Parts: sequence; structure tokens; C-alpha cells
Amino acid sequence: MTRPRTAPLPLPIVALAVAAVCFFALPLIGLLWRAPWSHAWTYLSDDATATALRLSLVCSLWAMVLSVVFGVPLAWLLARAQIPGRGVLRALCTLSMVIPPVVGGVALFFSLGRRGLVGQYLDRWFDIRLPYTTAGVVVAQTFVSMPFLVITVEAALRQMDTRFEDAARTMGAAPGYTLRRVTLPTIRPALIAGAVLAWARALGEFGATIMFAGNFPGTTQTLPLSVYLSLESRPEAAIIQALILVAISFAVLIGLRDRWLGAGPATAQVVR
Amino acid sequence: MLIAATIALALLMTACGNDSSTTDSTPGGGPITVFAAASLTSAFKEIGSAFTAAHPGASVTFSFAASSELVTQINQGAPADVFASADQSNMTKLTDAKNSAGAPVVFATNSAQIIVGPGNPKGITGVADLAKPDLIVVSCAAEVPCGKYSAQILDKAGVTLTPRSLEANVKGVVAKVTLGEADAGIVYTTDVIAAGDKAAGVVIPPALNVVAQYPIAVTKTSAHRAAAQSFVDFVRSAAGQKILTSNGFGTP
Repeated sequence: MTRPRTAPLPLPIVALAVAAVCFFALPLIGLLWRAPWSHAWTYLSDDATATALRLSLVCSLWAMVLSVVFGVPLAWLLARAQIPGRGVLRALCTLSMVIPPVVGGVALFFSLGRRGLVGQYLDRWFDIRLPYTTAGVVVAQTFVSMPFLVITVEAALRQMDTRFEDAARTMGAAPGYTLRRVTLPTIRPALIAGAVLAWARALGEFGATIMFAGNFPGTTQTLPLSVYLSLESRPEAAIIQALILVAISFAVLIGLRDRWLGAGPATAQVVR
Repeated sequence: MLIAATIALALLMTACGNDSSTTDSTPGGGPITVFAAASLTSAFKEIGSAFTAAHPGASVTFSFAASSELVTQINQGAPADVFASADQSNMTKLTDAKNSAGAPVVFATNSAQIIVGPGNPKGITGVADLAKPDLIVVSCAAEVPCGKYSAQILDKAGVTLTPRSLEANVKGVVAKVTLGEADAGIVYTTDVIAAGDKAAGVVIPPALNVVAQYPIAVTKTSAHRAAAQSFVDFVRSAAGQKILTSNGFGTP
């Protein structure tokens, strides 16, 4: 109504869209409705909750950093390199997004566990054991979350106008300089969106983590694991813990939209 | 907004609602749904086929999950005819909510065992060995039944455990031991038998062991109460008990 210049949307589409909004809003309202508000502070200040929350934040941020460090080069390879079987390679690198996380956890055992394909040598030669460690949590989270960054960044690299890069090169910019000053700034919104998606997926990770890293307070018990166990014994605490996760994710998604993605096209500044 | 919400709700209700209007015409027969504890999976599947073989026209559908989840579902209106729980406390949740048609009866027992790798490579002989520092021991979390039983056993044996992981359910302990990522854990005897040749069991003596009681009851909301009762009777019959014993359960 406030924008008369846009044509009114057909009613069926509005109805379906509103139904979709309800579909997402209702479960959240359900959580808020059942939350034990009078005891909320007791559960919030709970040591176990604080420990699990801290571990969740630390591990998910590490998973995000690793996803960026390895995922951006991977996305670049998938988008730009002329290699045979690229479709297969892409499917392979995004497989962990679609397989059930528990299966992913078992697969990590078979590869990086103490009897695993590579894990047995990590254990024997380097004394590195990933299962039951915080590093194991980061590995499990990175495994399931990196594809979210890779597909987002790859799409941006494919869609981007390569003439800017060509121009930089013809004017004598070194490949590293072009990457740093042209390519990365151009795909910045996608890079940030992908990193946040990967982070959010890591924050909510449950199946692969409990399978591969186990569940122990302080070392491997992240907040989603704590929520799941609390449901058995103290469901009220579980709801509060779940709402903490929801609140953090919500705040980040809203902040991301306004601070980074709404900034307009970055390309104009780059070519100047 | 309100209209769309109503439509969405109506859609959900038609999708999830159980069709209770189809009352059976065959007395004693008819389709029944049995909600049973996850540890009963293989035993009850066998009992189900034996039951339908003995009662032509009957059909049984199973839903296997943690007893705590199942009783919550039934109390929220899930269409179950029979509930078989792995412990008394979850059955009490059913009777407290007045959702049981009669008094529950214990039909099986389950004791605890130490699960180890095939051939017991670490040479574990009893509960005391679990405290050895070079072993990777995983345990059920204190929040779930198998964790409570483990704690009681360790308490009786005077053993303090430093588990590497507190698993959310007994299958988590079984998985880590059968995958070779843990050396030992305390699970149910039936889990060791179900693991077949991927694991071995070390018996815990009766003086230290804890025996779990498995109660069964027909639900109050059952649309096929006669058929449900005949399933319960079959579980408690000699034929049913034989299947349970072969799966590692004890007789009450």
C-alpha cells in the first residue's frame, strides 16, 4: 500500500506467502509460549548452559573460519578452473550437506577415527586423536557447514562480471592484487552470506557432532547436544537453551541483512 | 493472516489426524498399532509376525522409539493401541494421565552387560576394569534410563568412571564400541545380542546388576481393544516369551 508504483500481487500468492510465514512463525511462537519465563534466569545463569554456550560459540566460529580459509579457494576452483569432472567434484564437496549428519559422523569415524583410513596414522605417527575432543567438534561442524559457503561463493564467482578482472589484469595488476582488490570485494555480499550460513549451520550442528566427538560437558557438549539431553530430564531448561540459540541466530540474521547485504553494489567503488 | 493461519491449521489437522472412524468388523482382529521401546525392536518384530500367523486377519504396525518419547506422543493423542515401556517410570506417566485401559503388567526383564569389541581385545573381566586409565569408556548420560542403571551399578561396585562421552541413548554407546572408537560401555544384554558378531559382552554379576522391568498395557483410546488385548496376551504366552528370551530378555 505504501508503494503504489508496484503492481498489486495476486491474492493467491499473498495467501500462500502468508501461510509460509505462519509455518515458520508458529513453531517459534510455540517455543515462546511454553517457555518457563518465571524461572528463565535460573536456567540462563546455569553453569552447564553457560559452558555449553561458550563451547558452541567457540567451535562454530572456528568452523566458520576454516570454511572460509578452505571453502573460498574451493569455490574459486569449482567456478573458474577448467578441470574435467567438475560436476562430480562439486557433488563430492557438497555431499555432506545432504547426507544425514549422523551418517556423516560415522563416515568421519571411518576416515579420521582411531581405526580410520587416515586417523590410525594420525594416532600412531602424530599422536593426534580427534574423537572426543573439541577439535573433533570443529571438524564435524566444518564438515557439514563448509558446503553452504562453497555453493554461495561459487554462484557469486560465476555470476560476476569478469571484465573488471580482465581490466585490472590488462592494466598490469598482479593476480594476487586482482583477487584482493577486485574479485573479493565484488563477491563480498555472497562471501559474508556464505560465511554466516556456514556459521549458523555449525551452531545448530547435532548429529555429526554427537557421533564423532561424543558428548562431554566442557569439551564436546555444545548447546544443541545439551538441549537434546535436557529434554529428557528438565524440559524447561531445554526450552530456555533452545531460545538462546534462536535468539543468537535471529540477531545475526537481522544484523547481517542491514549492516552488510543492504550496502548496495560494491562494484562501483572497485572500478573507480 | 487469521484466515491463512486457519487454512494452514486445517491442512495440518487433516494431514496428521488419525482416521478413527474405521472401526473393525472382525471382533478380536483388526489393525493395531504398538508403541514399543527401541530395545524391543527385533523381539517385537518377530512376535508381530508370529502373532499375525496365529491370528489370521490381524495386522500389527510398530512404532519404536525411546519410551519417554512414546509416552509423550500417546499422552498428546497419538493413535497407539498398545504401549510397551522399557521402564516403570514411563509407564507411570501413561497411567497417571489415565490413558491406560487396565493395570500394566511386566512381561520381560533386561539386565546390564559390559559391551566390548569382538573377542574382548582389552581383556575386560568386570566392572572394576572400566576404571583403567588406558581404556576409552563411553557411558549413557545420567538423563536417560541406561545412564541411571549404569550409575547404580558403578555405585554398587564402588567404581568411579571417567567416560569420554555421555551418550544420549544406549545405541550411541553400542555404535561407538562396534565402530571400534570406544573400548567398553555399559549397555543392556539385549543390545549385546543385537550387535551380533560386531561386539562381545562381559556379564555383570547379579549382586551388582540392575534389572529393568518392561511393563505393557492397552491404551484407553484404543479403537481395537480386543485385538490389542490378544496381542498383549500373546506377548505373555509361552510362544512370546520364547522369542523374548532368544533376544536376550529375562522372564519376569
